[in-house]
Amino acid sequence: MDDAFAALTTYAPALPEIILALGALALLTYGVFRDDNAAKTVEWLTIGVLAAAGWAIVAQPAGDQILFKGSFVNDDFARFMKLLVLAASAFSILMASDYLRKMKMDQYEFPVLILFAVLGMMIMISAGGLIALYLGLEMQSLALYVVAAFRRDSVRSSEAGLKYFVLGALSSGMLLYGASLVYGFTGAITFTKIAAAVQTGGDNIGLVFGLVFLLAGIAFKVSAVPFHMWTPDVYQGAPTPITAFFAGAPKVAAFAMLMRVALDAFPAIANQWQQIVVFLAIASMLLGAFAAIGQTNIKRLMAYSSIGHMGYALVGLAAASQNGTRAVLIYLAIYVVMTLGAFACILAMRRSDGMVEDINELRGLAQNDLTLAFLLAMLLFSLAGIPPLAGFFAKFYVFLAAIEARLYTLAIIGVLASVVGAYYYLRIVKIMFFDEAAEPFEPMARPLKLVLALSGIFVLAYVAYPLPLVEAANAAAKSFF
Amino acid sequence: MTYDWPILSAVTFLPLIGALLIVLMVHDDDEAAQGNARWTALWVTIVTFLVSLLIWWGFNPKSAEFQFVEEHEWLGGNIRYKMGVDGISMLFVILTTFLMPICVLASWDAIKTRVKEYMIAFLVLETLMIGVFCALDLVLFYLFFEGGLIPMFLIIGVWGGKRRVYASFKFFMYTLLGSVLMLLAMMAMYSQAGTTDIPTLLTYKFPSGPIPFLNWEIQGGVQTLLWFAFFASFAVKMPMWPVHTWLPDAHVEAPTAGSVILAAILLKMGGYGFLRFSIPMFPVASELYAGFVFALSIIAIIYTSLVAYAQQDMKKLIAYSSVAHMGFVTMGVFTLTVQGVQGGIFQMLSHGIVSAALFLCVGVIYDRMHTREISAYGGLVDRMPIYAFCLMVFTMANVGLPGTSGFVGEFLTLLGAFRVNTWVAFFATTGVILSAVYALWLYRAVIFGVMEKASLKSIRDMNMREIAIMAPLVILTIFFGIYPAPLLDVCAVSVKQLISNYQLALSAAGQSQLALTH
Repeated sequence: MDDAFAALTTYAPALPEIILALGALALLTYGVFRDDNAAKTVEWLTIGVLAAAGWAIVAQPAGDQILFKGSFVNDDFARFMKLLVLAASAFSILMASDYLRKMKMDQYEFPVLILFAVLGMMIMISAGGLIALYLGLEMQSLALYVVAAFRRDSVRSSEAGLKYFVLGALSSGMLLYGASLVYGFTGAITFTKIAAAVQTGGDNIGLVFGLVFLLAGIAFKVSAVPFHMWTPDVYQGAPTPITAFFAGAPKVAAFAMLMRVALDAFPAIANQWQQIVVFLAIASMLLGAFAAIGQTNIKRLMAYSSIGHMGYALVGLAAASQNGTRAVLIYLAIYVVMTLGAFACILAMRRSDGMVEDINELRGLAQNDLTLAFLLAMLLFSLAGIPPLAGFFAKFYVFLAAIEARLYTLAIIGVLASVVGAYYYLRIVKIMFFDEAAEPFEPMARPLKLVLALSGIFVLAYVAYPLPLVEAANAAAKSFF
Repeated sequence: MTYDWPILSAVTFLPLIGALLIVLMVHDDDEAAQGNARWTALWVTIVTFLVSLLIWWGFNPKSAEFQFVEEHEWLGGNIRYKMGVDGISMLFVILTTFLMPICVLASWDAIKTRVKEYMIAFLVLETLMIGVFCALDLVLFYLFFEGGLIPMFLIIGVWGGKRRVYASFKFFMYTLLGSVLMLLAMMAMYSQAGTTDIPTLLTYKFPSGPIPFLNWEIQGGVQTLLWFAFFASFAVKMPMWPVHTWLPDAHVEAPTAGSVILAAILLKMGGYGFLRFSIPMFPVASELYAGFVFALSIIAIIYTSLVAYAQQDMKKLIAYSSVAHMGFVTMGVFTLTVQGVQGGIFQMLSHGIVSAALFLCVGVIYDRMHTREISAYGGLVDRMPIYAFCLMVFTMANVGLPGTSGFVGEFLTLLGAFRVNTWVAFFATTGVILSAVYALWLYRAVIFGVMEKASLKSIRDMNMREIAIMAPLVILTIFFGIYPAPLLDVCAVSVKQLISNYQLALSAAGQSQLALTH
């Protein structure tokens, strides 16, 4: 008995994942048996499970814990990213509930699918080897494909799900191909062993080939240009609260995976992947900035905006330094908060005849609902990176890391792209504040108000007390160096 | 004398607290609520002004050090919340706090819609503007410098004229584009010097050895690159020719008080930036490119004066004249002599008062007739004698007539320029003549002549509120014209220190260059 208990405690570092897995299964069973009107209960229980997993993470001791022969790594970095993913997912579910009920989509499968996706993300974040990484990625992706097509009677939603699935499968294939090449040329599965093999063996053309495919597969999940094609369609087609979810947690998880591969497995040939990351960053920032200008659909605009933001976060990774890693973590944390707030506003764009998504529907919002208009404006200015809002600090750390790494061209292109990007955020502010008022929206649901208030306060007040996030990110970034 | 409470933070954040008060206390949008918002804003700005006078009172003009310094942990990694003023920045803080109650009063009747939001935007803007002049940390400075864009964008866009959208976007995008390069330069300085503390950076020697670039060498090396990055930002803000085109649009569309703030304070941030950053931190580059700045300044002085003469719109005319006057400032500052720099500072302060007053004068008749076309007026002296008097004082100050504050600044900058380069002084002096041409032409067209238009027959002279706004400006314009010493004495020590540090740095750099070549 004691032996069995001792064996169990060795799995304690994976306790959050265990909680999520068991919770998801239990809730699925509960849903099947209760079938009717189980949705609401399951939603709340899901948030409870996410909170429990979060508590399990907070309760873990600091430092590295390695399980399953190096396939599962639980370090400060993993805990930082996991908490971010859990928080983003919990708030997404919170924001979704009202929408789903009004659209008659309130089925218990939705929160359960989200739980499975989150479990996949947690494994991605903690992946210490290629197989664990792929397992996590597929677990997440399969759940997300279904969620994207969750509104079965909508052509757009089905199209989004199908498109996501086909392109996602392609990218998984590329990733697997890259992984097999890496395995073939290093003979190792776990990142530490790959790193050791690369260190002694140096780079050769086959290994670099594998690295490129690996990065291409991950870049698809991050939706970095040129692997971004799916993003606008899926963002626009998927039901709005699901888009909100897509824009937050999966991006964080994919980024964690990218950083694990780049910094844990291939630190020895950083000069090789740096070139790729620099290219991805520049292309994403520029495309995100220019393509968003012409958009009229706010969800599509947010898609291009998120492509651009991933570009900025990649700038930090391109620095390949501890400060760069710290910058990425700060960027992702602030990005997630801003995005959730912005989507809370988008979810509030509802009139008596249903949801509206055209940017022009926001016209004159300041006259109808000043608080909503003000908070959305602040979120947009923050997304544009205007000080003293939180978004400025996100960009500040990223570009600082780039300058320190002497990536001057990258930094200059980046700030110029951010000026172009500011234009389309300003356009929304202009529509809200300068134009004549349209018909008012229906009153906001209470969960949306909560999310909007929290993210608004964060964005406005971050300047007063920025140190805790910086220090947490710093501690997390130390895991790699 | 120092205070045992953080006076600079208090002055900086008092308006913000006032804005929060309005947010929390004023809810409706009826007459009473609007009145509450106006009165709260007025009292807050007056109290801020009075508290800021304590800075002047406690300020030691014999010391070149930063005074009332406050320092706190902020972003970590040597980026700290640090505030402090010297003789140069203190004057701009007072200018800002002095003009804000006037702006609130000027908006009293002119702003009828969304009064509460308007006052909040102005108070937030005041906090950010004061912060710019108090900040002693690069990142903190940038925060205040750029943060001002948001309220100003909204002020122009929401309460502006017909083409307000175009003007507000142009203002925002121009300034942002200029500033992001400065941000990168700040980061480069941080990674080089390991600190963003401005007093430390003032004496930090950035490398100035030439850098090879393609087929030629960049003279002044790192300093030149950083200097141009800062120049991009300050030249747009100043604004210098040829990046001045946002200013006339922004001025024409902004509400009166918005124009006042733009002309009187936001433009000064550029000149202040040159004094605080470009010259002391990059002395070698400043020396190398002073001629370039002279050329741009002279073009600004002559060209924009001519353009001003061709304007139909009063606000546009004053906007172009602002660009010309700022040309004197950049010229004076980059003479890098004590007279030139002091003249530049004095010119900025004087222009802060005079251009503010001129925009307020336009506002007075615009509120009555709702047009700014020069041709729509004429013969106002019959119906509006007090107005005619005020406008005359400010027109003369704008021309630079001796006895007005405008003269002192122009004279000192020209004196500095003459010592450095006779031709620069020669061409700049033609600008003085040209400014007389357009300013007197404007005055004649509006005030004299026969009052022909029927609509003007019933125009009323200034009311008590308007006189209360103008009176202090008239008094200060004449007072500082006759007795400029209070302002010049306060900044004298700081300016001397700036120039002597600059010359020391220059000779040190010259010696190391010699050492390298030998």
